[in-house]
Amino acid sequence: MSAAEHAAVAGPANSTEYITHHLTHFSVGEGFWTWNIDTIFMSVLLGLVTIALFYSASRKATSGVPGKWQAFVEMVVEFVDNSVKEVFHLDRRFLAPLALTIFVWVFLMNAMDLLPLDLPGKIAGLFGIHYWRVVPTADLNTTFAMSLTVFVVVIYFAVKAKGAGGYAHELFTAPFGPNPLLWIPNFFLNLVEILSKPISLAMRLFGNMYAGELVFMLIALLGASWAGFTIASQVSMAGHVLMGAAWAIFHILIITLQAFIFMVLTIVYSAMATEHH
Amino acid sequence: MENLALIAQVQGYTAIALGLIIGLGAIGACIGIGIMGSKFLEAAARQPELIPTLQGRMFLLAGLIDAAFLIGVALAMFFAFANPLLARFG
Repeated sequence: MSAAEHAAVAGPANSTEYITHHLTHFSVGEGFWTWNIDTIFMSVLLGLVTIALFYSASRKATSGVPGKWQAFVEMVVEFVDNSVKEVFHLDRRFLAPLALTIFVWVFLMNAMDLLPLDLPGKIAGLFGIHYWRVVPTADLNTTFAMSLTVFVVVIYFAVKAKGAGGYAHELFTAPFGPNPLLWIPNFFLNLVEILSKPISLAMRLFGNMYAGELVFMLIALLGASWAGFTIASQVSMAGHVLMGAAWAIFHILIITLQAFIFMVLTIVYSAMATEHH
Repeated sequence: MENLALIAQVQGYTAIALGLIIGLGAIGACIGIGIMGSKFLEAAARQPELIPTLQGRMFLLAGLIDAAFLIGVALAMFFAFANPLLARFG
């Protein structure tokens, strides 16, 4: 039995083991074909929750006095629609629903960070699973999947607005001019610009959520050092409660902000792709 | 015994690197947020009617400015708890 397996069964022996344990995915397969089951399960589950929540609002929608839930959903939809309207001036029947999906879904996935740290692992433990990372956006696979999807959408908008030939023409002539000598530098610059978008989008969300998760773990370690009613234990427990509360409150801002940024950048990139040079 | 010294050396260098990653990142992010915040307050004092528009953009930019720093922090934390450079020593 290796050290990690031992920790999975008997509980962590020290702080490094505790954190490494919490950073291990429940995965099957090896190498390139590793499937992080916890990430896939949580993201699909939260996607279904998103659909169910909005579906229930649309079922019960009335043109009379709206209920609280309907008013809230209307606020969210209107907010997203306005954000799209401000930046993206073409037909937004595709982009606005996409932006709404991204916003709500990423928000819910980020919000998993606010669950008590050991709770998901304990629940998974009831089913005999020893590793369960509950925040799907703290997994690079999720954020890159989303940003690459956005990347495809952006290219689709570019081709739709300019035509395949027009887009290719722009790739080779855009920043410096149509002189054949400049084709290669133009293309190289455009390539860097295009590729930097999905990478920065994915890394931003991942970095924020991963760092947030780790800070929660470090705070949890303060309380985990409890060793009876000694003064040191009580001080670290007080620190645990205070810092945990402070970081959780600050994190509410971060998870909303990151969901909002992901949505706005999707819209901005799409709008940029449709502009003619 | 020789291995132990090597491990200690890698750990020491990693610790210095972590400090640099987080510290330099924090300097950059703080200066960025400071400049943006001061400009926002200036603009809000000049034209209070623009505050709602500017506030949304300020938060958006705050998230963007913080991002590189937080990516750095995440990377540093990763090296602090699961140092891949040490894996070579078994």
